[in-house]
Amino acid sequence: MLEIINLHASVEGTEILKGINLEIKAGEIHAIMGPNGSGKSTLAGVLAGRPEYEVTAGEVLYQGKNLLEMDPENRAREGIFLAFQYPVEIPGISNSYFLKTSLNAIRKHNGLEEIDAFDFLALVKEKMKIVDLDEKLLSRPVNEGFSGGEKKRNEIFQMAVLEPKLAILDETDSGLDIDALKIVANGVNKLKNKDNSILVITHYQRLLNYIIPDYVHVLYKGRIVQSGGKELALELEEKGYDFVKENDLAGVRG
Amino acid sequence: MKQENIRDHTERYLKIFSDLENIRKNGVFTHFRELKQNAIKNFTGTGFPTIKNEEWKYTDLSTLHEINFQPLLKFRDIKKDEGGIQDHFLGVPDSLRVAFIDGHYQPGLSDTGNHGSELLITPFSALKPEQYAELGSCLGSQISLTDDPFVVLNTALFTDGIWIRIPKGKIIDQPIEILYFATNQPQPGLIQPRNLIMVGENSQVGIIENYVGQNDAVYFNNPVTEIILETNALVEHFKVQSDSTRAVHIGTIRVLQHKNSNYISHSFSFGGLLVRTNINTVLADEGVECTLNGLYVGDGKQHIDNHTSIDHTRPHCNSHELYKGILDDNAHGVFNGKIFVRPAAQKTNAIQSNNCILLTDDATINTKPQLEIFADDVKCTHGATVGQLDEDAYFYMRSRGLDQQKARNLLIYAFASDVIDRISHEPVRGKISGLFGHKLKRVQLD
Repeated sequence: MLEIINLHASVEGTEILKGINLEIKAGEIHAIMGPNGSGKSTLAGVLAGRPEYEVTAGEVLYQGKNLLEMDPENRAREGIFLAFQYPVEIPGISNSYFLKTSLNAIRKHNGLEEIDAFDFLALVKEKMKIVDLDEKLLSRPVNEGFSGGEKKRNEIFQMAVLEPKLAILDETDSGLDIDALKIVANGVNKLKNKDNSILVITHYQRLLNYIIPDYVHVLYKGRIVQSGGKELALELEEKGYDFVKENDLAGVRG
Repeated sequence: MKQENIRDHTERYLKIFSDLENIRKNGVFTHFRELKQNAIKNFTGTGFPTIKNEEWKYTDLSTLHEINFQPLLKFRDIKKDEGGIQDHFLGVPDSLRVAFIDGHYQPGLSDTGNHGSELLITPFSALKPEQYAELGSCLGSQISLTDDPFVVLNTALFTDGIWIRIPKGKIIDQPIEILYFATNQPQPGLIQPRNLIMVGENSQVGIIENYVGQNDAVYFNNPVTEIILETNALVEHFKVQSDSTRAVHIGTIRVLQHKNSNYISHSFSFGGLLVRTNINTVLADEGVECTLNGLYVGDGKQHIDNHTSIDHTRPHCNSHELYKGILDDNAHGVFNGKIFVRPAAQKTNAIQSNNCILLTDDATINTKPQLEIFADDVKCTHGATVGQLDEDAYFYMRSRGLDQQKARNLLIYAFASDVIDRISHEPVRGKISGLFGHKLKRVQLD
């Protein structure tokens, strides 16, 4: 599905990612954990095509294609979905209009007919149940006046409608209380199948109690310094990130 | 610009005046001889303003002066279905409407209804002789129209116009529309529309002033509209300016509001090369509501200037003003919003804001709120913002598969939507929203 090879990326001349290697196969859930400033969100941004990030070396293959050459909109149309850490408010555009436009852009790209208003409504009503989103939020402007939890649920609702092949969840757990966290996690689990992949980016282990990863990677200072199974997340939770930092220092000395 | 050149431009219009006076022995010119002669005398004295005049500091009139505009005298009547002119009406079919083409009244395209003598929708050129005196006593009688050279020039040169008089206690369901259509002629046209709208006590009406030009038509549109609202009257007024992008449009709307009246203005500037719209309202008595909404959208080398003035003279009045601008390419916008609160106007509540987005580095805006407050118990706020499109929202939309132009246009649409959404009349809102979408380089906003 996704292959990241020696990826280096900078923001305003400062190198943030310093050689990331990662392979995600279809049907897998990977988690990337790391302390603040380790480059987690930069990695998510680079994969989604944020223009402020400059890739200085390395490559990213998505379904065998050079991802870095694709515009953000084409990445989305090819099946990549980024659930934003801070979903953006767009006053004046209704949530349902935005999502319908998005869905139709993706369908058109994939040779499917545009969905009509009637079928779209039926579809969104079905999908809203997955994250228990209030129907009223459909007619409201995108994310405007939504609570923090509603914004995050709206992201997963969009994911449910757009059915991406690769979903990147960028700190989707941040700002959620435990009930909302469960709803979001259950929603993600319902959307998971053997063909799609999920990359969960998180600072805390608690989301991974509900979305069980196949692999956990620890990102530190722009590199993946450790990889393992789901038990690595528990180890991190117990020992804190200092343990990674010590390992890293030891590595440098050694 | 040299002084003698300014003089030359003024002379040209004096010549037009004397030509018209000679030709129109029996028309509007005869009936309003005194009014017009006073006006041309006034104009001779002042001439055109220059950028040295504070009111015209950011609007250079060279484009106007470079072209020899002349009244288009020869004209034929257009048939109802000719040239798709009908399609330009913004109101619903079968509503009351009046059409002018290149300044000439078109009975075949108009429907002024049949309402007896009380409700009047009449072009000046179709007035009965006894009505001229009555109109003459109304034109400029309550509202001062002698302090602006362009208004004065209109008074001197208008050859036709529309007089709408709504009697007491009448509620007109559908807006009355005035379409000023300009055609592409070899001779650049001089068009001086004049509108007088008088709305009686407890009456309600919508008025649409709709200016449309054929592609590439070169003309100078200089409309003047007077609106008088009697006690408790409500007027929702639309000015939609979709002139040709080679046209000059200098338009003035002057409003007088009596007790407890409510005036709502929606001013849209989409077309024109050199555009100035002045809207001045005087809140002459207590309990008045005044709302000025505006949206200006410029691209290419368009220059769009909006000057508004809201004059609070009496206590307990509210005014709300929201103008938004979108400027692309090399477009230049000007916004000047004056609010006067006179010493007697205690308990005034006045809110003003102007927000503008610049889509390129070459687009510019000069924005100036101007509050002059002489009363002490008032609430007045104003704000102006100038910015670019929200990059985060733009990326967010692209990351959901929207192409760049669609994302950009949706954001522009979203920015402007609160001005458009304030139009209460659904069909008109839909039409104006469509014009706006068309202006945004023909992107569908279904």
